[in-house]
Amino acid sequence: MQNLDLTGIAHIDELLNVEVPFDNEHVYKELKSCHERELSDNKIVPSLQDAIRLCGLKDGMTISFHHHFRNGDFVVNRVMDTIAEMGFKNLVLAPSSLIDIHKPLIEHIKNGVVRRIETSGLRGELAEAISHGLMDVPVVFRSHGGRAAVIETGQLPIDVAFIGAPSCDPLGNANGYSRDNDKGIVCGSMGYAKLDAQYARKVVILTDNIVPFPNVPFGVSESDVDYVVEVDAIGDPNGIMSGATRYTTNPKELMIAQKVADIIDATDYFRNGFSIQMGSGGASLATVRFMKEKMVKKNIKASFALGGITGQIVQLHEEGLIKKILDVQSFDLEAARSLKDNRFHQQISASYYASPNSKGSAVNQLDFVILSALEIDIDFNVNVLTGSDGVIRGAIGGHSDTAAGAAVAIITCPLTRGRIPTIVNRVNTIVTPGKTIDIVVTDQGIAVNPIRTDLMKMMQDADIDLCTIEELRDKAARIVGEGTPIAYTDKVVGVVTYRDGSVIDLIYQVKDDQGSEE
Amino acid sequence: MQEKLRRTMMFVPGNNPGMIKDAYIYNCDCIMFDLEDSVSYAEKDAARSLVFHALSTIDYGDKELVVRVNALNTPIGLDDLEAMVRARVDVIRLPKTETAEDIVFCDAQIERIEKTIGIPVGTTKLMAAIESAEGVLNAPQIAKASTRLIGIALGAEDYVTDLKTNRSPEGIELLFARCMILQAARAAGISALDTVFSDVNDEEGLIAEAKHIKQLGFDGKSVINPRQIQPIIEVFTPTLKEIQKAKAVMEAIAQANKRGSGVISLNGKMIDRPIVLRAERVLSLAKAAKILF
Repeated sequence: MQNLDLTGIAHIDELLNVEVPFDNEHVYKELKSCHERELSDNKIVPSLQDAIRLCGLKDGMTISFHHHFRNGDFVVNRVMDTIAEMGFKNLVLAPSSLIDIHKPLIEHIKNGVVRRIETSGLRGELAEAISHGLMDVPVVFRSHGGRAAVIETGQLPIDVAFIGAPSCDPLGNANGYSRDNDKGIVCGSMGYAKLDAQYARKVVILTDNIVPFPNVPFGVSESDVDYVVEVDAIGDPNGIMSGATRYTTNPKELMIAQKVADIIDATDYFRNGFSIQMGSGGASLATVRFMKEKMVKKNIKASFALGGITGQIVQLHEEGLIKKILDVQSFDLEAARSLKDNRFHQQISASYYASPNSKGSAVNQLDFVILSALEIDIDFNVNVLTGSDGVIRGAIGGHSDTAAGAAVAIITCPLTRGRIPTIVNRVNTIVTPGKTIDIVVTDQGIAVNPIRTDLMKMMQDADIDLCTIEELRDKAARIVGEGTPIAYTDKVVGVVTYRDGSVIDLIYQVKDDQGSEE
Repeated sequence: MQEKLRRTMMFVPGNNPGMIKDAYIYNCDCIMFDLEDSVSYAEKDAARSLVFHALSTIDYGDKELVVRVNALNTPIGLDDLEAMVRARVDVIRLPKTETAEDIVFCDAQIERIEKTIGIPVGTTKLMAAIESAEGVLNAPQIAKASTRLIGIALGAEDYVTDLKTNRSPEGIELLFARCMILQAARAAGISALDTVFSDVNDEEGLIAEAKHIKQLGFDGKSVINPRQIQPIIEVFTPTLKEIQKAKAVMEAIAQANKRGSGVISLNGKMIDRPIVLRAERVLSLAKAAKILF
C-alpha cells in the first residue's frame, strides 16, 4: 500500500473525517456462504432470558410493546412474567395499547415489577383495577400520534422494545405476515412496532415463525433489530382478528351510516381525489357501503384511505374506487391479505400516520374521518376513555390526531346506550377537544359544530335536517333522565394528554361505594 | 281531507323497552306495538304496563300509533283494551277477527271505556286483522261493522295454516284473501293493509311482494324490521313521470276553476273524478316521500 501524505492538502482541517489513512490490516473479508452465516452469525438467541440479559435491562428502565395482536396477544404477558422471574423492579411500561388479555399485569404492578404505564388505552380488569387506585403513579394516556411524537423527541425514551412478529428471518427482518409460508399467525400491518423498533435503544423480536433471509417486504428492518427469540406461540389468531368484518344488520347503525354517507355527499370535500379514514365499528363500516353507491353514481374516486384498515376498504380499493391504502393497523384478515397482495396497500408507521412532531404525517392529508364516542358534550368535546361510571374502558387511538388533521371530523353514536346518554353537558374525560370535531351524527338528529358555518351551509343546501347539540342533549335527557354524579376520590389515576403533549384532562379514582354520597 | 298514508306499519314487540323507547326514529307511517303473539304469556302484564307508559310519556311525533291487543275473549285482551284506550292510542288492532260481531263487541267495549274516562266516543279507532278463512269470507261485513274502523289487514301466517298450505314466494295462496280484503276495504272506504314479509334478509323478495300488493291496490304493508321500511316506501313512491302528470292534472283543475269552467280537459282529454283522485294520491305519496315539486 502506498503512503498517502494528507498533511500537505490545503484546508484539510475543513474536510471532516478524512484525516485517517487507510490500513489494510483493518479490512474484513467475509468467507462464509450466505447460508452458513444465516445459521451461525444470526441474531437468534436461545431464550427470552438471554435476550433480556443481553439488552442490559435494569430496574427502572422503559420497555415497550405493540398491540397489533389485540386480544390474542401472548407477548406482553410472557415477557412480563419472565422479567418478573428475573427479579426486575420499577419498570416503566410504554406499550402502544393494553387490552383485556393483559390483566396479569395487575400482579406485576402489585409486586412492584411495573411502576408506571404510558399507553393509548386500557380495558378490562386491569383498567378497572387502575381506576380503583391500583397504581401509585398515574397512567399517562397518549394518542398514537402523541406517543410517536414523544418517542421521536426522546421525551419517552424506550430502553427495550419487545416486538411480537408473525414472521422474522434470522437477521431480524420482521413482518405481520409471511410470504414464505402459512405457518405463522397473521396481523397485517406492524405500524406501531415500526416506530418502536426505530427509536428503542435495544430491540427484541419474538416470533414463532423463523423464515429464510431476506423476509421482504418487512415491517421492521434488521437495521433496527438486536435479538431474535423463537417462541412456541406469540398469539391466538382468534383474538387477533376475524376473517372479515361483516356488515351490520342493526337498523339503527344502518340508519346512522346512511346519514353519514348523505353528509359526506353534501360537502364540497366529496370530489375526485378525496381522502378518508373510518373505524371498524358497525356504523362506520356500513358507511362504506352507502358511500360506495354515491361514489359510483357521481363517478368519484378516493385518492387514499388511512388508518385501521378493514376488508370493506380493501374491497373498494380492489374495485378501483380507492386508489391507495395507508395501513397503520389491519383490522381483519381481508385487510392483512390485501397488504400482502396489493401493491398500493402500504404499511406505515405510527409516526407517518399521526405524529404532530414529524415532518409530515398522513392525518394531515385527510378530508374525512368517521369516529365514534362514548360521550360528547355541548362544546363537542369527546370522551373515548372513561365510561359513564368513571371507570377507564377505552383507548385514545388516533382519535384526537385524525380529528385535528381531517377537514371534516364526523362522530357517529347512538343518542343513548341503554339508559346512558351519549350527548351530555360535560364529558367525564376530555380526550379530543370540541374545536376539532365538526359533525355529530346520532340516530335522532345531526348537529354541526357552530364554528363550522361553512359545513352548516352545505348541509342546509342539501336539505339535511340539523339540530343543535343542546337539542340532542335535551332529547337524551328526556328519554333516560339525569344520572347521579359519579363519586371520585381526590387521587389522580390517569393523566390524559393531547397530541401535542399538553395535559388535556385528569382521570380520578372512582369511589368503591358509589351509593354513599356525602 | 288528506288521506292518511299507511305505507308501512312497523311491528314493535310490547315487551322490548329498547325498541319501544325510540321507535319514532324510523321512517314508517304507523307503529304497531304488539301485546299479542310476540309477547309470551308470562310477560303480558309487564308488556301492557310498558306500552301504556310509553304511549303516555314518549313523543312519537306524527306517527299513527296502533296497539295489537290480545283476543277479547280472554281477560288479558280486555285488560289490554282498558289500558290502551286510557293511554289514548290512535288505533286498536283486533287480532283474529272472524265475524262482524267481533268488531261490534270491541266497539262497544271501547265506547264503554271512552265514556268512563270522559273522552268523546269514537276517539279511538279500530283496525281488524283477518287471519282465517272464516274471517276472509266475512271481510265485507267486518269492514262495515263499525264507524271506528280505519282499515282491515291480512294476517297471513295464521291464515295459510288455516288453509292447510304455506306461504310461497309468489304468494298465490294469498291471492284470494288479498282480493277479498281489498274489495271489502274499498267498499267500506277504509284502508287495506297487507301482511308481513318474514325474511328480513331477502330484500328482493320484499320488493317483489310490495310491488304485487301495490298493484292490487293495497295502501301498504306491515314490517317486522326497520330495514324493510325504505324498500317498501320506494315501491310506493311515484315516478317522476307520474308526478308530472298528476301536477298537470291539478294545474288544469286550477285553471278551469279560474275560468269558472265546469269542464276540465288536459291535452284534449276530459279529466273526470277518478283521474283527479288518482292525481291527488300520487301527489300525497310524493310529498310523503319528501320529493320536492
